[in-house]
Amino acid sequence: MTVRPPIAMLAELTHRCPLSCPYCSNPLELARQEQEIDTETWKSVFRQAADLGVLQLHLSGGEPASRRDLVELVQAARDAGLYTNLITSGIGLTERRLKELDEAGLDHVQLSLQGTDAEMADRIGGYRGGFDRKMQVAGWIGAIGFPLTLNAVLHRKNLHQLPRAIEMAVEMGARRIEVATVQFHGWALKNRDTLMPTREQAREADAIVKAARARLKGTLVIDYVPADYHSDYPKRCMGGWGTTGLNVNPEGRVLPCHAAESIPHLVFDNVKDVDLHKIWYEGAAFQAYRGTDWMQEPCKSCDRKTVDFGGCRCQAMAILGDPDATDPVCIKSPHHGALQAQTEAHASAPDGDLVYRKAPGRSIPESVG
Amino acid sequence: MIADHDIPYLPRGVRVHRDRVRDAWVLLAPERAITLDAIGHAILSEIDGTRSFGEITAALAARYNAPAEDIARDSAGFLGALHDRRFLEVHS
Repeated sequence: MTVRPPIAMLAELTHRCPLSCPYCSNPLELARQEQEIDTETWKSVFRQAADLGVLQLHLSGGEPASRRDLVELVQAARDAGLYTNLITSGIGLTERRLKELDEAGLDHVQLSLQGTDAEMADRIGGYRGGFDRKMQVAGWIGAIGFPLTLNAVLHRKNLHQLPRAIEMAVEMGARRIEVATVQFHGWALKNRDTLMPTREQAREADAIVKAARARLKGTLVIDYVPADYHSDYPKRCMGGWGTTGLNVNPEGRVLPCHAAESIPHLVFDNVKDVDLHKIWYEGAAFQAYRGTDWMQEPCKSCDRKTVDFGGCRCQAMAILGDPDATDPVCIKSPHHGALQAQTEAHASAPDGDLVYRKAPGRSIPESVG
Repeated sequence: MIADHDIPYLPRGVRVHRDRVRDAWVLLAPERAITLDAIGHAILSEIDGTRSFGEITAALAARYNAPAEDIARDSAGFLGALHDRRFLEVHS
């Protein structure tokens, strides 16, 4: 198959984060600060990415504001010609630092929302005072004039707050809101009994989003990630493996998606050893699930195989233990019925204690589910 | 629908960018990149935040020797779609 250049790169600058959200998409084994690649390496990666064809750079983490060199990295990304997006909880950003980011050329801010009030947001984020601080940061973002996307992460505990989250986005002057139902990877897998939305909640969210899109046309764009386990067809993960985007983790390993390290047989190249161009076009991890040759049935003969590319490889791994299998969300998967039953069981389970993400270097808690 | 006297402009965070790897013009916006065809690029190149939609379409019609109403209809459709996605704003 013809491999086209990537459009987007997610740079996970650090796994450090003041928050400890129980659905964090970072891996269970978090990189420590001393393992993070340095400023000059990141700058080189940004230039290599632009040369490769990347247009959009997402600076993420962990909390990217935990990197002291964030302003310098933004400047380097803009100098390389990249559209530069900061994905942040807001914690660690001061008014002064935001002004420095503005001068460095930061294009856009995506601000996460753990809840629409302090009680919910601080409980989910595991950080007291976080919500009030976030609202202060949102005010500074608006005053400077950065284009803003609000990213509301939703699950069983806070889905009832979706209408208010949409209102808040409008009040903040955000042009866009991402309504993201929790995807169950990483830490979220440990909390499915407490976070899994009910089917009724998922359907209600569909209706709320549909109505809000019509009502707010031209005011607020709504990007919607529906409740995955309640769907009949899997998500087109990463727009197709190795077709659109790549991810560089804090240690410099280059991944086809942020959860790809959960697939044991994959081997990842590191930007410290191999240039990004070679990794994208020839790296074993990128070749592994590119295109359709790797597929088994029912994907192999399915007319949707280039629509969703068999869904999420990491989800097939997490649920079935087989990364080559059809994503069990798919109605054609022989495991779809079992997943539906499992989903109902999670959704109707009594709330448990949330297992919060730990700081890098701390031991991983025993699984509860 | 954009009117003749409206003045379109690209808001902060939206810009036309030369994609040297793909040898194409693209519109970069928050978390999006849209490939521009020659017509789209021609329209966006006329937008400077001071000239009205009517002035822009008249200039395009003259340059491409095309009927002004066709240019206005196509341009309004293109810019309207960008406006709905908040990639374009309008001063009245």
